[in-house]
Amino acid sequence: MLPAPDATRATRHDNLYARARIIQHIRAFFIARAYLEVETPHRIPCNAPEEYIEPVPSAGAFLHTSPELCMKRLLAAGYPRIFQLCRCWRNAERGTRHLPEFTLLEWYASHSDYRDLMLTCEELLCHLIPDVNLKWQGGSISIQPPFERIPLAQAFTRFAPVSLEEALAQGCYEEIYTAHVEPALGTSAPVFIYDYPAHMAALARTRADAPHLAERFELYIGGMELANAFTELTDVHEQRSRFNAALEIMQPPDPEHLMPEAFLTDLEHMPPSAGIALGVDRLVMLLTDATEIDAVVAFTPEEL
Amino acid sequence: MYSSSDLKKGLKIMIDGEPHVIEGFDFTKPGKGQALYKCKLRNMITGALIDRTYRSGENFEPAPLEERDMQYLYKDEAGYVFMDAKTFEQVILPEQTLGNDYYFLTDNMEVKVLMFGDQGIGITLPNFVNLTVTHADPWVKGDTAAGNNKPATVESGYNLQVPSFVDEGTLIQIDTRTGEYVTRVKE
Repeated sequence: MLPAPDATRATRHDNLYARARIIQHIRAFFIARAYLEVETPHRIPCNAPEEYIEPVPSAGAFLHTSPELCMKRLLAAGYPRIFQLCRCWRNAERGTRHLPEFTLLEWYASHSDYRDLMLTCEELLCHLIPDVNLKWQGGSISIQPPFERIPLAQAFTRFAPVSLEEALAQGCYEEIYTAHVEPALGTSAPVFIYDYPAHMAALARTRADAPHLAERFELYIGGMELANAFTELTDVHEQRSRFNAALEIMQPPDPEHLMPEAFLTDLEHMPPSAGIALGVDRLVMLLTDATEIDAVVAFTPEEL
Repeated sequence: MYSSSDLKKGLKIMIDGEPHVIEGFDFTKPGKGQALYKCKLRNMITGALIDRTYRSGENFEPAPLEERDMQYLYKDEAGYVFMDAKTFEQVILPEQTLGNDYYFLTDNMEVKVLMFGDQGIGITLPNFVNLTVTHADPWVKGDTAAGNNKPATVESGYNLQVPSFVDEGTLIQIDTRTGEYVTRVKE
């Protein structure tokens, strides 16, 4: 049953004030750490080809699904620490934690890797939640670094009825993950899930000591994925061949136009870097104790 | 044909040959993974609730349902009998299909019968029905406070709360969507 319209309006009113404060705190956090706030175009000739992300066409171009390509080009152009708060679009994504138009925070730092990003995540969360204990759905989540770090395979061993290898082999990774693993993550304290199979991270560097694993992590709080991060792949040939593989599976009408050539050209000059995307709407959900993304935005697509 | 991205609350689709309505729906997508469409589906014939998870690109047949204007005739051993006034075709709905709706049926009442092929699987009642109170505690002298309710039973056996001034034999109007008392009816 939907709550009465008036109740929805009152909750949303408080949440929108909280949202504005959270965004101001995020800005202050990065500015204090000498990150440059940047704005990159929302409408771009093509996004990074990724199998399960569908861009929204916009008059001969596309709305960006993430600002990552342009932000990495800025890293290559010599801006060492950058952040951006922006709207992104992903077609046909609509659920209690998904909106087809949503807000991402992305930040990138050169000469760092995914482990450094975990530390920045911890600092950011502590900056936003100075009380240590976060009220969440009648319980409380302890926001105290260091957050637990669990390799993906171990998360399956701990929480799922089958191993990661079995789930992947049986083609039911998503089903098992969302039913058994995800709900158990970050319920009493935040958790980083890290070291994903290489094929699940199209733009991430693989581990030198374990090339079948990508240097990628996700941050979970309250059973909710908040952020996805990785050490950036800087090998242009490897990146092109991964994009090619993705394009082959997707079979777009005109692959020539869907290869982000300008990005690949600039990637030659990108220093070793790490980058992360954090869902701002979900962060606001977490900080306002809201279980539905609808409660933290001014308008849902259905209300337009 | 519907595809996975059409799935939403209220959509009626065929599952294993029977019509189902989506009562709960969520879209989930583990990072960089495939989208999943999680549905709670109510079997529109048996009322059973099932959970199903679908992936992108699956196809669903719309449930072939039709609402027909019919008149309630009588109840017999097989169930409640309705008739299409134009074709004189009769349809019998078993008691469990009707749920609590039978409390509000009166002779010759015009209702909408939801048909799956030639099988009646539910009815939509008029929003308001008039029924006579057959049992209610007598009014207590001095009880004049507004909003004081008391239990009552109407002719069909349905129990509800009515204002203290409503006596046995009074005809009252009931909202069939909420099952609540609306007003007294002057005959």
